[in-house]
Amino acid sequence: MKKGKLFFAVLYVLWLALFVVVPIALLLFQSLTSESGQLTLNNFVSYFSSGTYLRMTFNSIFYAFLITLITLVISYPTAYLLSQLKNRQFWLLLVILPTWINLLLKTYAFIGLLSRDGTANSFIGLFGISPQQLLFTDSSFVLVSSYIEIPFMILPIFNALNEIDRDLVQASRDLGANSWQTLWRLIIPLSMPGVKSGVQSVFIPSLSLFMITRLIGGNRVITLGTAIEELFLTTQNWHMGSTIGVILIIAMVATMVITRERKKSVLRRGGK
Amino acid sequence: MKKNKIGNLYLWLVFIVLYVPIFYLITYSFNSGKYMHGWKGFSLIHYCQLWADTRMIEIVVDTLIIAFLSSVLATIIGTFGALWINFAKSQLTKNILLNFNSILLVSPDVIIGASFLIFFTAIGLSLGFLSVLLSHIAFSIPIVVLMVLPRLQEMPVTLTEAAEDLGANFWQVLNKVTLPYISSGIMAGFFMALTYSLDDFAVTFFVTGNGFSTLSVEIYSRARQGISLEINALSAIMFIVSLILVFIYYFISRNGNRKRTPGLEATK
Repeated sequence: MKKGKLFFAVLYVLWLALFVVVPIALLLFQSLTSESGQLTLNNFVSYFSSGTYLRMTFNSIFYAFLITLITLVISYPTAYLLSQLKNRQFWLLLVILPTWINLLLKTYAFIGLLSRDGTANSFIGLFGISPQQLLFTDSSFVLVSSYIEIPFMILPIFNALNEIDRDLVQASRDLGANSWQTLWRLIIPLSMPGVKSGVQSVFIPSLSLFMITRLIGGNRVITLGTAIEELFLTTQNWHMGSTIGVILIIAMVATMVITRERKKSVLRRGGK
Repeated sequence: MKKNKIGNLYLWLVFIVLYVPIFYLITYSFNSGKYMHGWKGFSLIHYCQLWADTRMIEIVVDTLIIAFLSSVLATIIGTFGALWINFAKSQLTKNILLNFNSILLVSPDVIIGASFLIFFTAIGLSLGFLSVLLSHIAFSIPIVVLMVLPRLQEMPVTLTEAAEDLGANFWQVLNKVTLPYISSGIMAGFFMALTYSLDDFAVTFFVTGNGFSTLSVEIYSRARQGISLEINALSAIMFIVSLILVFIYYFISRNGNRKRTPGLEATK
């Protein structure tokens, strides 16, 4: 019996150690050492004293915030309407399906759609607007990122909405609330856990999407992810790259703490 | 009624937006012209080009090998991990293990890629097939654990106890009782791992080195050079493959749900 348990543990624990703990520790170590291998806080000092890095970080957070907001505004009504449908599981499947298409291919489609002679420009040409530079702009970056993240926002919100007890909605209507009051006082508060996990699963990747900044943003938008990629693979400055990596991890942990589910309050509100 | 109409219109609009880029991509794979604009007529020329592009075919095969190998290995290790976590007596230990398990799921791809790159360099592993394979196994394990664990937790303890009482040893219980019961979770985990591997770009990009390439990385480097309708043809094929995978996945998870209701039937 004991031996069997140990057998299960070996490979999994080996994985935990080698691919979870050690790499993150090495990343932290790199960020705390100089080229010559000495322990130093210099990387962080130069990060915090460099206007470029700070501006880049601020920009990255701003864009991630914008992308999250746009996807939330589009996704909440979508999730709500989906949860009201009869064949909702089927429609949900249609929302999930695009996420199974390779991310690169979806991004690549937008290169064609947004290019100077592309379909988007011919479309606005119908209204007599001359071709615009659509590709390689900040807004194209936000557009494509939002497009890619929408299903990841719809899913958790849909799940939260779907779990709401229909009797509660019925009760609120019986007690004289109109549909807006029901939505505002009952459905939205009860679906907050879904919104939070949606925000989590959109905001964090948005900080680090580097291929979209390259392919669609045309290097105009630099996110934390782009900076890390460049420092690691182009300029080969792993120490600074790791430093920004640590900053990204801190941003990630902060996001998770802010959007953490407070189980107790949900329970109380849900009344279950 | 009027509100309903606006709602339906909105839903249609969202679905159109979700699918337009994909169908746009596929439609232009049949364009006889060279660009993703200006329809020149129907042709299969880009499919022929794709078929003749030995480098691309090689990369597709490599990608499939990596996806298959990594998801099989990740499923095995992940299932063992889930079994082990499930054995943990205290809830605290379980939660700590689960938190560690989730680290790679919530970490941004660049962090995983960069830290794996440092790790592989530190142990002196040269970048290529092996480093990509190891990375894919590593980031697929946690999702397998998360797919298998719920099935394990809903399995009645009485089942394994009954088997033990009837004289089954540890391995017999595992083989004849536990594994069949959680098989739908294992299959779901396998499919998730498969899609994680097929879909990954960022991690692979960091650890792939010069010689070896997967589909995502190849599409990225080709897309940086501009439009090539061969990629469109490829995306059409991949769309069909994804459809088939989704179908299989849903069939499996549905089966799993159905088994849940009769309870004991699954252990026959």
